[in-house]
Amino acid sequence: MSNRITSQGQANKVIWAYKKKSVFWDFWKQIKHNKAAMFGMILITIIVLMAILGPVVIPYEKAIVQDSAQRLQSPSLAHWFGTDNYGRDIFARIVHGAKYSLMIGVVAVAVGISLGCILGTVSGYFGGVIDNAIMRVTDCIVCIPSTLLALTIVAALGGGLGKVLIALIIANIPVYTRVIRSTILNVTESDYIQAAKASGTPDWLIIIKHVLPNAIGVIIVQASMTFGDVIITASTMSFLGLGIQPPTPEWGSMLAEGRGFMLYSTSIMLFPGLAIVLTALALNLMGDGLRDALDPRLRN
Amino acid sequence: MIRYITRRTISLIPILLGIIFIIMGIMSLTPGSPGLVILGPDAPPEAVEELNAELGYDQPFLSRYVTYIGNLVKGDLGDSYRTGRPVWYEVSRRLPTSVTLAILGVGVAMVIGIPLGILSAVKQYSPADVLLTSLAMVLNSMPTFWFGLMAIILFSLRLGILPSTGLSSPAHYVLPVAALASYTIAGLLRLSRTTMLETIRQDYVRTARAKGQKEKIVIFKHALGNALLPVVTYAGMAFGKMVGGVVAVETVFSIDGVGNMVLTAIRNKDVMLVTGGIVCLASIYMIILLLVDVLYAVIDPRVREKYRNQY
Repeated sequence: MSNRITSQGQANKVIWAYKKKSVFWDFWKQIKHNKAAMFGMILITIIVLMAILGPVVIPYEKAIVQDSAQRLQSPSLAHWFGTDNYGRDIFARIVHGAKYSLMIGVVAVAVGISLGCILGTVSGYFGGVIDNAIMRVTDCIVCIPSTLLALTIVAALGGGLGKVLIALIIANIPVYTRVIRSTILNVTESDYIQAAKASGTPDWLIIIKHVLPNAIGVIIVQASMTFGDVIITASTMSFLGLGIQPPTPEWGSMLAEGRGFMLYSTSIMLFPGLAIVLTALALNLMGDGLRDALDPRLRN
Repeated sequence: MIRYITRRTISLIPILLGIIFIIMGIMSLTPGSPGLVILGPDAPPEAVEELNAELGYDQPFLSRYVTYIGNLVKGDLGDSYRTGRPVWYEVSRRLPTSVTLAILGVGVAMVIGIPLGILSAVKQYSPADVLLTSLAMVLNSMPTFWFGLMAIILFSLRLGILPSTGLSSPAHYVLPVAALASYTIAGLLRLSRTTMLETIRQDYVRTARAKGQKEKIVIFKHALGNALLPVVTYAGMAFGKMVGGVVAVETVFSIDGVGNMVLTAIRNKDVMLVTGGIVCLASIYMIILLLVDVLYAVIDPRVREKYRNQY
């Protein structure tokens, strides 16, 4: 009898706890049968753990100190992935580089999607002149291939971590804005929004309480689907010498540094690239799983 | 139909003006001035000022923009700060190379990606389907430049069967085009599989099967056409991605194209050349998107009908 509900507040709590569990439960039930998504989840967990715990286990010196006696070695017990042209341990560099790729991805996607959300919601919900203005600007930006746009921004601002982040965010906002706007448009046309408007609910409250929660699935899917691409673009910019500069052990800049030595050592090019591919693959698999779970219309 | 095409073409002009505005706006954030770039850091400040005035750099942004557009109409994109040659000369010399690469990339991707996607859909859940979709997933997660580097290591350095730099013979095209196409092959495979699966479940396909039509005719005659419509759009958009990929691939394979030129110009702070190069690439992409739209109106009877009734 201890579970008996005695007050309204408690009742709300119970309902809330039930709701919370059921949303999560639904989602978990769908995703746990999706082998590919589970594989992606496990893989990304390993990579995130590596980014967090790796630097604790492997000192940064190992990734940065040069040792000309140990140049371009093949993989061995002492150096799992071999050594690079400066005799640095490639495995240690990859472990230390993980945080750059993940951080760029998280920040670029989070900031980009937030701004895209604001622009898309304002555009889709209010319509009219603001909508027209925002959409005409995105029309122009979408016509500039996003890698080129990011390159242009880095060209003007200069390279480096912060500049690359700005470039990636700006290049992705129009894409997010467009997708979110069309979803918001759909939601805004629904009867329950019209009802909320008719009952005099202020616009900001409708947006926060009714519009956004109903669009959140699409927003999450959009964010997770672009995550891998953002990491790939960031590593491409570093490889082209416009992103994070050597000797920082970022994966793209490791490939840029090792390029001159690929005749002598395959591992110098192979392993940093594999790290990029595995990270992007894990994120893409998870993105696909999320899409299937949250947006049933797109399921194949 | 002709009115539709004309209207769509005219609507490109404000977009092009917008693109140039955005690119010039971003590039105007570059620190330093053209005078400083051309004359070098040791030049006397008066000479730098004078050259800036001569190049119109002392004017406010909007007036520089209007001048740029005015010159553009006459086919003049300004002069490169480094080489002193006209930007249009530098760009047009390299444009065919880059566009050929991109077109070959999209073409190869369509020829390989779409049939494999359809095969995957028709044989859903078969070993072939699982293999193809997994492969597509991996290719979709692979940076174009790394695919190119690995291809060089395997085919040029280890096996020695394909050349790795330049574009002097047809064999030179194999690796760059493969690197460019890899990402799009994966995208097209996944998309055509999805749309094909959707189409196969439509009522008219079930009807065709129910009346006893041969499976081959059901797939190729009834389903394929409808399934391919979104694929056409994707191929058009893929061209944009390809233009970005061209920059990386031209670097990896040391190809003298627009992408490589823009990259060098970025390192040299050659603002005029960067602006010109990117405006040209973006314009080509814009034209491709227009062609896709028009193609849509030609191949999709529903879209065609909509425009016929409008005018």
